[in-house]
Amino acid sequence: MIKQHVFVWDPTPSNSSAVYNYLVKKVNERDLGESIEVYRSTYIGLTSGTPIIRILPKNIIYTKFEQEDLGEIFESIVSDEVVDRFICEYDAKLAPVSERDKQSKQFKIVLRNVGYLDPESIEEYISRGGYKALEKAIFEMDPDRVIKEIKDSGLRGRGGGGFSTGLKWELTRKEPGAEKFVICNADEGDPGAYMDRAVLEGDPHTIVEGMAIGAYAVGCKEGFIYVRAEYPLAIERLEKAISDAKKYGLLGDNILGSEFSFNLELRWGAGAFVCGEETALMASIEGKRGNPKPRPPFPSQSGLWKKPSFINNVETWANIPPIVEKGSGWFSSIGVGRSKGTKVFAVTGKVKDPGLIEVPMGTTFREIVYDLCGGILDNKKFKAVQTGGPSGGVIPEKFIDMSVDYETLMSIGSMMGSGGLIVMDQSDCMVDVNKFYLQFSVDESCGKCAPCRIGGKQLLDLISKITDGKGDKKDIQKIKNISNAMQKASLCALGQTTPNPVLSAMHYFEEEYMEHISDKKCRTGKCSNLVQYMIIPEKCIGCTACALKCPVKCISGEKKKPHIIDQKFCIKCGECFNACKFNAIVRG
Amino acid sequence: MKTQKDVQLDTRLLDFIEEWKDKKGKEIMILHKVQEVYGFVPRAVAIEVSRMIDLPLAKIYGIITFYHIFKLKKPGKFKVSVCMGTACYLKGGNDLIAELESILGIGVNAVTEDGKFSIEIVRCVGCCGLAPVILVNGKTYGNLKKGDLPNILNEYREEPKN
Ligand SMILES: Cc1cc2nc3c(=O)[nH]c(=O)nc-3n(C[C@H](O)[C@H](O)[C@H](O)COP(=O)(O)O)c2cc1C
Ligand code: FES
Repeated sequence: MIKQHVFVWDPTPSNSSAVYNYLVKKVNERDLGESIEVYRSTYIGLTSGTPIIRILPKNIIYTKFEQEDLGEIFESIVSDEVVDRFICEYDAKLAPVSERDKQSKQFKIVLRNVGYLDPESIEEYISRGGYKALEKAIFEMDPDRVIKEIKDSGLRGRGGGGFSTGLKWELTRKEPGAEKFVICNADEGDPGAYMDRAVLEGDPHTIVEGMAIGAYAVGCKEGFIYVRAEYPLAIERLEKAISDAKKYGLLGDNILGSEFSFNLELRWGAGAFVCGEETALMASIEGKRGNPKPRPPFPSQSGLWKKPSFINNVETWANIPPIVEKGSGWFSSIGVGRSKGTKVFAVTGKVKDPGLIEVPMGTTFREIVYDLCGGILDNKKFKAVQTGGPSGGVIPEKFIDMSVDYETLMSIGSMMGSGGLIVMDQSDCMVDVNKFYLQFSVDESCGKCAPCRIGGKQLLDLISKITDGKGDKKDIQKIKNISNAMQKASLCALGQTTPNPVLSAMHYFEEEYMEHISDKKCRTGKCSNLVQYMIIPEKCIGCTACALKCPVKCISGEKKKPHIIDQKFCIKCGECFNACKFNAIVRG
Repeated sequence: MKTQKDVQLDTRLLDFIEEWKDKKGKEIMILHKVQEVYGFVPRAVAIEVSRMIDLPLAKIYGIITFYHIFKLKKPGKFKVSVCMGTACYLKGGNDLIAELESILGIGVNAVTEDGKFSIEIVRCVGCCGLAPVILVNGKTYGNLKKGDLPNILNEYREEPKN
């Protein structure tokens, strides 16, 4: 019988997962370790908030089970049968490895192994073709050839900037000096994005292999992975991956018996968004406050400890082994225009089926939102998507059929960003969302340069004024002036991009902005200072549902008679509005 | 020279410092260890560490105050972290904070009088699919509504875990 590989994902931490523990116990009790292996799976993006069991090689996915069904599921695994009623409907996300699945519109390069192998087993990674690319690079290609291959593939940085990866390597290789550093940026700071986490937790060896290839190509003996301290599981798995790779002679001195030696270590972040910026990140590794530096000199000239250094994002690194293995021609045939390959997105917000997806560049937002993520939650109306997080912009409905690639996104005032894709529906207020992102950027500004430190705060104050109902038409011009100054004069991209969400929302949702300013109205009710809840006496039948719900008890009235809200005490929480079944409460 | 405030550092920390003393980029890693051992960065420990790795105390405080993770005050026994990443914000993270504040009677970054609970805000914890999310001492609770909070807190009130 073929060995069955059972992957369990559980929203409760894996050491306390009842599902995992049950299956492991059963396997041990029945002494079936030879034919069934149970793994703790990483987050595979298929989120329903309930545990997921996935069985390979048949790729059966169960989601709709309860604790008491586990016995039946276990027996079905033993007898190699399928229990239809637990099968998950949304298997669109789990396309076969590295193959274009027409139906699902996904294409997996970066996530090729995520959820398909035990991330803690180097043997399994190797058995799936892992470290072959490193071997090929060292023994069949010289460093220049590797760099040419990466350049020709058209791979561009996935951390936000979109700079040519091959070119960056070449520039660093050309710098004089024996000591150079390679760095992986695993500080994934964009709030609402977790693409890198999935790769780090689900396929850590890909990063180790990619970085070893990069180090070989550029000529580095030492490298660092700067990883978010908030990702303990990623840290644990990277530590294990590095130490296993060392044991196998894939890291350390004379890798695979060659002349090439390379050591890789982890350094932890400490919760500062600005440390995702490359010069700040290097300062942080050096044990300093994470302040960015002006450029030039560029990191390729003077980076970590003033040595030539280069840095790539996790997702960029994960693309390296497949490119080296399959060639630049293969990679550059995927995607559109100057955007090659695939992009991983973490789709969150108001979609039915949020999760991680990987699609070829050039896929449209409509395909992502409707075909892959099940459309808008509660069948509400689509309003916009935000890409690029606090540095990006909103994309309104009229662009929903636009191709998702670097150039197109830039041309409509947003950016690719690192891959967070937040979907908003009609109940989300654009001004309120802007306030959220500004608050974020203000909190995260390192304070070193004045345009970012002062400008950000001023923008936030202006937007808050508008959401408080004290906005003035002149504020629009002020916002534009401050934004302009920040974009031109800030030291790093954090300050330069802080105004982006505001500018793009003011452009595409001008009407909504003006409503806040001129009519002192928020159509969604999110800006609580701009709303008032009122009961229409003719419609109110006096059911008391609202009065019971009101947390400050400011709704009064006799049973079966129209009620009334005491505006003096109303905190505008909207509970009454939601509670009323007779549409008797209006938001104005 | 010995200062009168000399403290005996925890051996886990001493071993760690010994291992890392000569490595590149050790500073933040050592402070992470301090926080892991003590739950925050006590001043006396910072002074000792400063002496051991020959890094001015001012630099150490420069780091601690820059990075959100490092705390200067002892947190509650159960640390309630509310995610305020984008997904959680859109799905009502704010309401969860307001509710927690009202249940526990403390604000963000404060500790209850009995030292049991503290509230803090964290950025995206990477479970956006489960938004809104809170963590209690690292354990994730997702898809929350305000009404779920009292029960979650009671879990910790009743059977004190470590
Ligand atoms: C404020 C700020 C935050 C950033 N955060 C990240 C991040 O979390 N992860 C990342 O890979 N790049 C981030 N970047 C981009 C990096 O500076 C850098 O461009 C990138 O790591 C380069 O790798 P790539 O070429 O592979 O994209 C950030 C940039 C800025 C300005
Ligand atoms: S925004 Fe809360 S987990 Fe991502």
